[in-house]
Amino acid sequence: MAAQRQSASTRETYGRTLLAMAEDYPDIVVLGGDLNVSVFTHLWRDKYPDRFFDFGPSEQNLIGVGAGLAASGRIPFVSTFAVFGVGRPFDQLRVLVAQSHLNLKLVCTHAGILTAEDGMSAQAIEDLALACSLPGFTVICPSDAVETAQAVRAAADDDGPVYIRLARAATPVIHDENYVFTPNRSEVVRQGSDVTIIATGVMVSVSLDAAELLTQAGIQARVVNMHTLRPTDEAAILAAARDTGAVVTAEEHYIHGGLGSIVAQVLGQGQPAPLEMVALQGYAESGKAEELMQKCGLTAEGVRQAAERALSRKNG
Amino acid sequence: MAREVRRDVIHTIFTAGSGHPGGSLSELDILISLYFDAMRHDPNNPSWPDRDRLILSKGHASPGLYAVLARAGYFPREELSTFRQLNSRLQGHAHPMTPGVEMNSGSLGMGLSFALGCALAARLSGKDYMVYAVLGDGECDEGEVWEAAMAAAHHEVTNLVAVVDRNRIQNDRFTDDVMRLEPFAAKWKAFGWRVMETPGHDLQSLRDTLNKARRRRTRPTVIIAHTVKGKGVSFMENNPAFHGRAPNQEEYDKAMLELA
Repeated sequence: MAAQRQSASTRETYGRTLLAMAEDYPDIVVLGGDLNVSVFTHLWRDKYPDRFFDFGPSEQNLIGVGAGLAASGRIPFVSTFAVFGVGRPFDQLRVLVAQSHLNLKLVCTHAGILTAEDGMSAQAIEDLALACSLPGFTVICPSDAVETAQAVRAAADDDGPVYIRLARAATPVIHDENYVFTPNRSEVVRQGSDVTIIATGVMVSVSLDAAELLTQAGIQARVVNMHTLRPTDEAAILAAARDTGAVVTAEEHYIHGGLGSIVAQVLGQGQPAPLEMVALQGYAESGKAEELMQKCGLTAEGVRQAAERALSRKNG
Repeated sequence: MAREVRRDVIHTIFTAGSGHPGGSLSELDILISLYFDAMRHDPNNPSWPDRDRLILSKGHASPGLYAVLARAGYFPREELSTFRQLNSRLQGHAHPMTPGVEMNSGSLGMGLSFALGCALAARLSGKDYMVYAVLGDGECDEGEVWEAAMAAAHHEVTNLVAVVDRNRIQNDRFTDDVMRLEPFAAKWKAFGWRVMETPGHDLQSLRDTLNKARRRRTRPTVIIAHTVKGKGVSFMENNPAFHGRAPNQEEYDKAMLELA
C-alpha cells in the first residue's frame, strides 16, 4: 500500500550541501569528532583542511571549542552521532552555547532507532527532548534529503544555536525540487478534515502512507510536517485541532519530551482535542531498521490505528 | 593597587552576602598582571576584534575578575555592590553580559576548550591576538581540561596560555585530599605543553613569566602560578572554609583592617 518513493541519504546531503556553501559562507568552520566519513564532513575536510578541525571522540571539548569559535565570529558546524553530540556534552551546550545564545550549529546523524544494528546505546531516542529543553535553541528534524539541504542553509543564516537531527539510513524523499523550506513554519503535506497527523523526520513519509490507508475507510487525514520543533509552530497545531478535532503525533523518538509532548502542551493550553501519540515507549535493541520500526509500531498501520483511536474519541 | 583591589573583592562579597572569596583572592595578582601589563585590550571597546582574550574558567571566582575589570575601567566600581543582586550585570558566576567577560561560566573545566576555540579563530581570521585561560587547580579534575590540552597541542596552537591558580584547595578540602594532581607539571608536559612556574603573588615574577610566555612561542604554554587561597586576609589564607562563603560583619571589619 505504501507509496513507492526514492530514498536518499540525509547525512550525505548534509555533507554535500555544506561543501557547496563553503565559498558563500567564508565564516563557516567545520568541527568533527572522528566520525567524519560517517557524517560526510570528510568531503569538507579534504577540500578545506584549513577550515576543519578534528578533535577525536572528545565531545565536551568539541562543543567547548565550537563555542569559542562562535564567540569569535565564526559559524561552527559541529557534527558527530546524535548520542555523542547531544547527550555527552549537554552541559557544554547548556552553559557555553545556550546561555550565551551563541551561533553554533550542531548537526548530528545516526539519530533514533534507524541506527539499527548498533543497538540501544547507539540509538539516540532522547536527543530531541534534550535539545528542545535548551532555551533559544532551534531544533530541526528534516523529513527527507530535499528538506535537509534547505534546513542546513537556513541554519547557517540563523544567528543563534541550531540542532539538526539526521538519520543513518537513507529515507524516502517526499519533496520535489520546487519545495521551499520556511524556517519555523510547518508544512501541510496533505490536506484533510477528519483528523490531523503531525509528524516529524522519517515519520512524515510513514504518515503519508497512513493517510492513504485511512482513505479506504473514507477518512481524510491532514498530514503536517513539523520539521522544526523549536520554536514551535503553535498556530499550525491549534489549527489542526480546530479544523479536524482530532490529532495524532508521529515521531521516531521517545514518547516523552519530543513532538508528542510539545503538541500535548500546545493543545492543552490552547485547544484541547483528542490526541494519540505514535512514538517509542522505551529503549529498543539491535536489528534491521525495518524490523525495529515494525516492532516498535512506527509503521503506516501503527499511525492508521492511532488515527482511528483519535477519531473514535472525537466522535465518542 | 593589589591591596585596594582586594578590598574591593571583600566588599563585593560582603555586600552580596555570598560568593567565593578564597579563589578570588588567590587569582587576583594573576588577573592584575594580565589586565595591567600583559594584555592588549581596551576597556572602552570590550568587543575590539584584535583584543587579547581572558577566559575565566573558574567562574565562581567572579568577584576577583569583576574587581579587576572595574579597576581597569570596564564599568564603574560602584557597580560592584550590585553583585549577585536582581537586575545586576554582575552575575554569581561570570557571564558575558558584563563588559569585559568573554565566556559564561559556572560548570568547571570548560574554559580551556573555549579559549582554544578563540585561539583557532585568530588563526582563521589572520589575527595575532593572545588568549589567556585562567583555571583553578581543583577544576583540573575535569576530563575536559585534558581533552582541550591534548587538542591544543595537536593543532599546534601557539597563541594560547593557560594560567593555573595553584592554590591547593578546592570546594571541600585540600586538592591532595580530594584528588591528587601531582605530578602536575609533568602531566602538562606529557600533553605537549611548555610548562612555566612562578610564585603567584609576586607581580614582578608574574609579569616576567607572562612576557616570556608571549615572546617565544612554538607550543601552547601553561603557567602554574603557586598561590595562596584567600591571599591577603590572614584568617582566610589556606582555609578551605572560605572557598565559598562570605565574611560576616566581624570578619569583614577584620579583613578590611588587615587590607587597609
